[in-house]
Amino acid sequence: MSLLTVENLRIELALRSGPAPVIDDLSLTLEAGKTLSFVGESGCGKSMTALAIMGLLPDVGRVAHGTIRFDGEELTTLPDTRLREIRGNDISMIFQEPMTSLNPVYTVGEQIAEVLRRHKGMSQRDAWTRAIDLLDSVRIPNAKSRVSAYPHEMSGGQRQRVMIAMALSCAPKLIIADEPTTALDVTVQAQIFELLRDLARDTGTALILITHDMGAVAEMADDVVVMYAGRAAEVGPVDAILKDPRHPYTQGLISCVPHLKADPTAARHDLTEIPGIVPPLSSFGTDSCLFASRCAHAHDRCLSARPKAFACPAGQFAACWLEADG
Amino acid sequence: MSLLEIKNLSVRFRVKRAWGKSSYLHAVDDVSLSVPRGQTLALVGESGSGKTTAALAAARLVPAAGGSVMLGDTDLLKLEGEALRQARARVQVIFQDPYSSLNPRLRAGAIVREPMDALGTPDKPDRDARVAELFAQVGLRPEQRALFPHQFSGGQRQRIGIARALATSPDLIVCDEAVSALDVAVQAQILNLLRRLQTDLGLTYLFISHDLGVVQHMSDRVAVMYMGRIVEEADRIALFSNPQHPYTQALLAAVPSVERAKRSGVKMTGEAPDPLNPPPGCMFASRCPKVQPSCKASPPPLDAQAPDHRVACFFPGE
Repeated sequence: MSLLTVENLRIELALRSGPAPVIDDLSLTLEAGKTLSFVGESGCGKSMTALAIMGLLPDVGRVAHGTIRFDGEELTTLPDTRLREIRGNDISMIFQEPMTSLNPVYTVGEQIAEVLRRHKGMSQRDAWTRAIDLLDSVRIPNAKSRVSAYPHEMSGGQRQRVMIAMALSCAPKLIIADEPTTALDVTVQAQIFELLRDLARDTGTALILITHDMGAVAEMADDVVVMYAGRAAEVGPVDAILKDPRHPYTQGLISCVPHLKADPTAARHDLTEIPGIVPPLSSFGTDSCLFASRCAHAHDRCLSARPKAFACPAGQFAACWLEADG
Repeated sequence: MSLLEIKNLSVRFRVKRAWGKSSYLHAVDDVSLSVPRGQTLALVGESGSGKTTAALAAARLVPAAGGSVMLGDTDLLKLEGEALRQARARVQVIFQDPYSSLNPRLRAGAIVREPMDALGTPDKPDRDARVAELFAQVGLRPEQRALFPHQFSGGQRQRIGIARALATSPDLIVCDEAVSALDVAVQAQILNLLRRLQTDLGLTYLFISHDLGVVQHMSDRVAVMYMGRIVEEADRIALFSNPQHPYTQALLAAVPSVERAKRSGVKMTGEAPDPLNPPPGCMFASRCPKVQPSCKASPPPLDAQAPDHRVACFFPGE
């Protein structure tokens, strides 16, 4: 049985103009020990999905439809007390900004120990010793003395390691990493990715990686969900999607980034542009392809009906009418 | 003949220490670069490597501690008063954050017009026409001149920033992480626009970026900076196909690739040294996988390894 199964999830935000679906009919599964990646531009609902799984939706948001089953439990109907037990113990999250997600007035050791005392009921002393072990396991040099450092005394990469140590502290079954390396240098990003990969392999933790970088996806993920305007544009194994992307949005996402080329003498053509921007939230609920206004292949059908997910030969599913015709 | 010739540029910041003492942080240390007219020189490096400070010092936006910055025949560092003000028309900057770099209380047209009003070029009656021309060049509609910055998307705001930088017809444009804050789809639009403007107007770019894919796409020459110094400088093709400095090699190896080729090569370990208390030898020694005892004794000079390929390493190459 899968660790996490999301089915037909619909999340509505209450806007002044009425409810708007930020997530519309999203389904996915994640097995233990695997890495799933959400990709897309900002405003496509990647983080909102993560918050829904964590039960941390903002006050204006609610799960309108669908199920989120995690490890045999239905998360959408659980009472807050049980959710609070699951958060931290079974699911934990790493945020994008290591600068702002740590408390500046406590040492990093105190912050890690707090998690352990709260969730594991450890004594002050045991929690502190465990905090040192955890800092050591995320490869912070000289953990014994660094445990009493304040966040401002650490570099961005080290702070992100502290966040990872906190996320790991209760040995969760699932870690959600929301753009964990966006604020970091590439060299540090490579180290953090290596660390996450090793930890996932050693502990069998499943990972959801939210990113906008296809390179990071290629490096880290087993499966990928390409999200556009709250809907899954393309879902499937990473290899299939990178080798033969079927949805025009996925194709655009891959080719619009100037990737480092193996042959630097190759001609530098203009980058493929995806014209325009993500449509406004108020139009998310319409029964049409939301990508149509930016798509070079759009035709009448795209504007009159929402495409369903069609199976593609390489093994992924693409929500595009082009696939319907074979 | 180079348009911009930076020689031995240094920038240092005074840092207050305990007990009333102060020491100096050498943000840019003995940097020499040249950029031919119509070309793009990229400055790359991790955050804190001094790439932005070096470029801003060359534009006289940060005071330099020494060196010279020749733009054509004038040394920008020697200019004062009115002469400096006039010279500013020749060097303009496109900033990273299109949200904080535009005045929220001015309309887009006024933002683009402001440099012309401040510097007095072109003549007053021609300025409105120039604003209209600039809006067309960067792909904005004429009626958008009347809107305020908050009514634009991130990519459109960056277009306003580009139009503003072009307003005084500068010789040199400093692009300081001009696309880092943008979504990938919008980033492609802006990169294409910058390249098209360069071809159409013969612009010269000093292009600061930490994204090596973007640099490979945009540059003619590349200078790699580490802790305030240039560690390698070469033609784009030479640098990407045959990187000589271990830092450059590690930087290239760290970029995730969609080609899914297993990453090989140099891995960095360790921590960068304290910039306030730099080691006597090579700055990279503490993180270098190929470090030898001699690296820690004296800093390696930036020598030409091949014609047009300078490397600051005692053991360059493999």
